[in-house]
Amino acid sequence: MATTHVNPTRMELTRLKKKLVLALRGHKLLKDKRDELMRQFLDLVRKNKALREKVEAGIRAADKNFVLARASMPDEEVNVALMAPKQEVSLEVGKRNVMSVEIPVFTYKTRTPDKNDIYSYGFAFTSGDLDDAVKSLSNIFPDMLKLAEVEKSCQLMAAEIERTRRRVNALEYIMIPNLMENIRFISMKLDENERSTQIRLMKAKDLMLEDAHHYKDKLKNAPIKT
Amino acid sequence: MYKIAVLGDRDSIYGFAALGLDICPVSNADEAAKKLRHLAESGYAVIYVTEAVADEIVPEIARYSERLVPAIVPIPGASGNTGSGIANVKKFVEQAVGSDIIFSGESK
Repeated sequence: MATTHVNPTRMELTRLKKKLVLALRGHKLLKDKRDELMRQFLDLVRKNKALREKVEAGIRAADKNFVLARASMPDEEVNVALMAPKQEVSLEVGKRNVMSVEIPVFTYKTRTPDKNDIYSYGFAFTSGDLDDAVKSLSNIFPDMLKLAEVEKSCQLMAAEIERTRRRVNALEYIMIPNLMENIRFISMKLDENERSTQIRLMKAKDLMLEDAHHYKDKLKNAPIKT
Repeated sequence: MYKIAVLGDRDSIYGFAALGLDICPVSNADEAAKKLRHLAESGYAVIYVTEAVADEIVPEIARYSERLVPAIVPIPGASGNTGSGIANVKKFVEQAVGSDIIFSGESK
């Protein structure tokens, strides 16, 4: 069924045919894009899951250590010990283009290059548990940053995949069938017009011949042969 | 040059200060939402939010989902894990694939 009104003209037919070719090519490209995005996304999301489990376990363990540390020293001392951090982290954000999706790449820099130089307090008045706690947290930190990067990438890619999938489906199930239907409609209509012109010409020819030769009269007056 | 922030209740996040991350203790959802907006506009590329707080400011976090930075990442807090972090990842899979094919093996 032709849902929209189309002009059954040759010009329209050419236009629609061009559009169909374009739609088919777009459909193929988008489908390829979707498949490739999906492949990369699945890899990434598996990585995301593994990282998240690791980070969550790490943070939980660090939290436990902090609870221990707070149990063995007064609250104020913990606060004072952590009040002035020695370490400082700054972040460089790069971009990577994956199938037209821009995903972030984080590289971090710490102020002091020594990874163990993270204790912002003298060891005299703090318990060893606090050292453990800070250490365990700092061990998990590179993974945390990686997690942020991977999770953001997953988020952006998921959105892009959804968009691409919608486009592919719209082309495949709506745009292309509609175009084909319209093309069929126009070519049928043109054929029909051609046939009717042909018939009209034949009819006109008959009439003109009749006018010139009076076949009917001749037929009537002709002697009947037996 | 970007910075990293941690947002959540004080007990969950004070340890991150030792790593050189900026900590922003908040006590209720309104404060958290306001703080998050402030952080997002002032050069923080990664904002870790404890799951308990993240659950309360979901619409606020969703506003940044389409942007490259900041990346807002839920982390478990001291008061325990609400599971919203892993649920988030699950949601990405559902959004992209249409159904959950990564986590479907494990029931929770």
